[in-house]
Amino acid sequence: MTDSRPVLTMTGISKSFPGVRALHNVNFQLFPGEVHALMGENGAGKSTLIKVLTGVYDTDEGTITLDGEPASFTGPMQANAAGVSTVYQEVNLCTNLSVAENIFIGREPRLLGAVRWGEVRRRARALLARLDLDLDVSAPLGSYSLAIQQMVAIARAIDIKARVLILDEPTSSLDAGEVAQLFRIMRQLRDEGIAILFVTHFLDQVYEIADRITVLRNGGLVGEYQTAELPQLSLVEKMIGKELDVLEGIEEHSRRDLAALEEGTPLVAVSNFGRAGAVAPFSLTIHAGEVVGLAGLLGSGRTEVARLLFGADRTDGGQVAIDGTASSLRTPAQAIDHGVGFCSENRRAEGIVADLSVRENMILAMQAARGWLRPIPRRRQDELVDKYVKALNIRPANPEVPVRNLSGGNQQKVLLARWLITEPRLLILDEPTRGIDIGAKTEIQKLVAQLSDGGMAVLFISAELEEVLRLSHKVAVMRDRQMVAQLANDDSLDADRIMQTIASGSHREEADR
Amino acid sequence: MNDTMSRYRTMTGHRLFWPAAVLFVMLAANTIYRPGFLSIELKDGHLYGTPIDILRLSAPLILVALGMTLVISTGGIDLSVGSLCAISGAIACMYISKQPDQNSVGVVVTALAMAMGVSLVLGAWNGVLVAVIGIQPIIATLILMVAGRGLAQLITEGQIITINSEPYRAIGLGHALTLPLAIFIALAAALLVAAFTRRTALGMIIESVGGNATASRLAGIRSGRVIFLAYVISAACAAVAGFMMTANVSSADGNAAGLWVELDAILAVVIGGTSLAGGRFFLSGTIIGALIIQTLTTTVYAMDISPQTSLLFKAVVVIAVCLIQAPAFRARFSRRRRHAPPPAAIADKPKEQVPA
Repeated sequence: MTDSRPVLTMTGISKSFPGVRALHNVNFQLFPGEVHALMGENGAGKSTLIKVLTGVYDTDEGTITLDGEPASFTGPMQANAAGVSTVYQEVNLCTNLSVAENIFIGREPRLLGAVRWGEVRRRARALLARLDLDLDVSAPLGSYSLAIQQMVAIARAIDIKARVLILDEPTSSLDAGEVAQLFRIMRQLRDEGIAILFVTHFLDQVYEIADRITVLRNGGLVGEYQTAELPQLSLVEKMIGKELDVLEGIEEHSRRDLAALEEGTPLVAVSNFGRAGAVAPFSLTIHAGEVVGLAGLLGSGRTEVARLLFGADRTDGGQVAIDGTASSLRTPAQAIDHGVGFCSENRRAEGIVADLSVRENMILAMQAARGWLRPIPRRRQDELVDKYVKALNIRPANPEVPVRNLSGGNQQKVLLARWLITEPRLLILDEPTRGIDIGAKTEIQKLVAQLSDGGMAVLFISAELEEVLRLSHKVAVMRDRQMVAQLANDDSLDADRIMQTIASGSHREEADR
Repeated sequence: MNDTMSRYRTMTGHRLFWPAAVLFVMLAANTIYRPGFLSIELKDGHLYGTPIDILRLSAPLILVALGMTLVISTGGIDLSVGSLCAISGAIACMYISKQPDQNSVGVVVTALAMAMGVSLVLGAWNGVLVAVIGIQPIIATLILMVAGRGLAQLITEGQIITINSEPYRAIGLGHALTLPLAIFIALAAALLVAAFTRRTALGMIIESVGGNATASRLAGIRSGRVIFLAYVISAACAAVAGFMMTANVSSADGNAAGLWVELDAILAVVIGGTSLAGGRFFLSGTIIGALIIQTLTTTVYAMDISPQTSLLFKAVVVIAVCLIQAPAFRARFSRRRRHAPPPAAIADKPKEQVPA
């Protein structure tokens, strides 16, 4: 904000993909010498906006001006040349090449076609010195930590006389010390007059470094705010888009007495489960018939908790007791043997096997548990599949079509059926209602309530707080990859308090003893 | 008209239609070129004729390709099958040649058991490299492809081992029920592999692992075991093929036995409709694929195509077969042809109504 003239202005940007309106009439301004945070949940349109800005996508409507001149880039290379550089979440560099090669790859200084290696190394050293980094530029990039690699990527980006630097979730794989180092460099670049666009899911970091915040939701602009004037709670509200008073009442289901449910031996009790770089150690108990909600923003570590409980990732330490007996959850197969089921949020990559039929997808987990030598008799298969096609209202009701031909909601139901067939004692549902229409959503919510009444324990993960509140007996709140609170879902708990907990992380109130 | 059209579509849409059509066209072309091509005669209680020869000669390839189908379905590949053929043949022939009575059935059975045992161990080696250690299949099996030839040479001490054993010779050239024994062996192997994969859940689990390894793991499948098993089955199939190849000539040549059969086998699998990316596999398609390749080889001889150009001829036909098989190519071809009628005539596949 050293200059009152924006370096970059985007006005009335709209962008649609077949069937999806990714951006609708979004305005965005970036001033020289500021760090500007772009906030929003996944699917809010952040990455689309960045891709429009850097020329990966064309705009349908709207104009972009850079330094007051209309600009439209046909690709990232052209955007680079105009001074708009991007550093992506995953470091897009070659770890087997040297630091200097990585900085200059594709634009090496040449003499008569031959690369001037001496010049490459000299200029690389100069660039890194500007960032206060003292590295051996001939060493392979892979020999440095992820944080250093990230900074080399930044060095590569600012070499192209960058005026606008876009950092897309640069901190997601860094630890606290590395984040501090990155922020130091960001402040230095900001003071040199570079405009930095910063995308992150970490609220604390936004408040630490950003001067201004732009919030997107569902492809639309919610607003642009001074960081100092926007409390964290309001930011969360604006991102999620729920006014506190519009939440529906909690159904009778979740009113069952938590104390009564939590009598006796817990079905699953983990203590100090955690994984470096994924989620800080946490403890959690789940009883039969209990629905535990897992609330938190996307990227707060909810899925990571689920994966540890299912053995999809291994915990670094800690203990688990199942029915009070010490046990372990090291592989999915082992978790399934203990009666745990897991519906991944990533249906396509981690859920369905697209080639196989609906029937085969449904019986897969049960068959895997029995082993290939004991095939489920075809009549039994047909009975089970028929039962769940009817119970979950799966369409088309022909179990022999490849599952890839089904809509997303129906694929989700096939996955649910896959686990219900195994009759699990604990079912982990990671965003089971995301991206499916309202009818299917209600059906799945009803089903969860029914299952828990029947004695099944459910770990219910959702970004939608109303859904979590309606179904859960207990809500565990995730924030910045930590489980910051476990709240009993009694009369006093509402979305307001959950949001406060997400925003501040201070509202520690253990529902567990 | 519309009805005929849709029946035509259903027929051409069947996954076996194009491989079968190619085979039919090849046989027809041969018959036109040489009218006696399809004739079969009964001599001394045995059937003779080119079609019978094609079936007999394709038996080893069918065997190797059956195992290859399973391996490819897991998303892998087995380059070592040719070497395995040479090793199994070499062990069997070497053992028989050392015995005083080469015509004893007991000797031959012992020889087969020994060779099969070693082949299973080598298949397990491949399986461990891929499924336990996690080496890429093409590299893991390349090791045995190269080293296996050396191993076969070591067993035969660099010589071509000639044997004189009627029972062993029968594996390649014997007859049963007027037909060559090799045809029955291949048929039995096909039925066995089919039963092993389709009567158990092994086939589905292999397809699941090859189709989406991550999802399979999260469904609780211990994929290592089935991948391991696929390589062992492939080795067993290759071993039997090796017996047949060496029995055909009553001698074991560590260098030549089963040379390049892995490439023919991969080709047969792909022609049969199994994707190299893994997933769904089709044993019947693989068998038709193997028959196509053998028919092609026989055609080259029958048409007196000179040895210098025969490989080129084969290559051209294979390219044509693969193109006809490829849906993308057929779509482009038929779109061009359909320029005349209005776009409405392009009856789309009926879209499924899938309300959520």
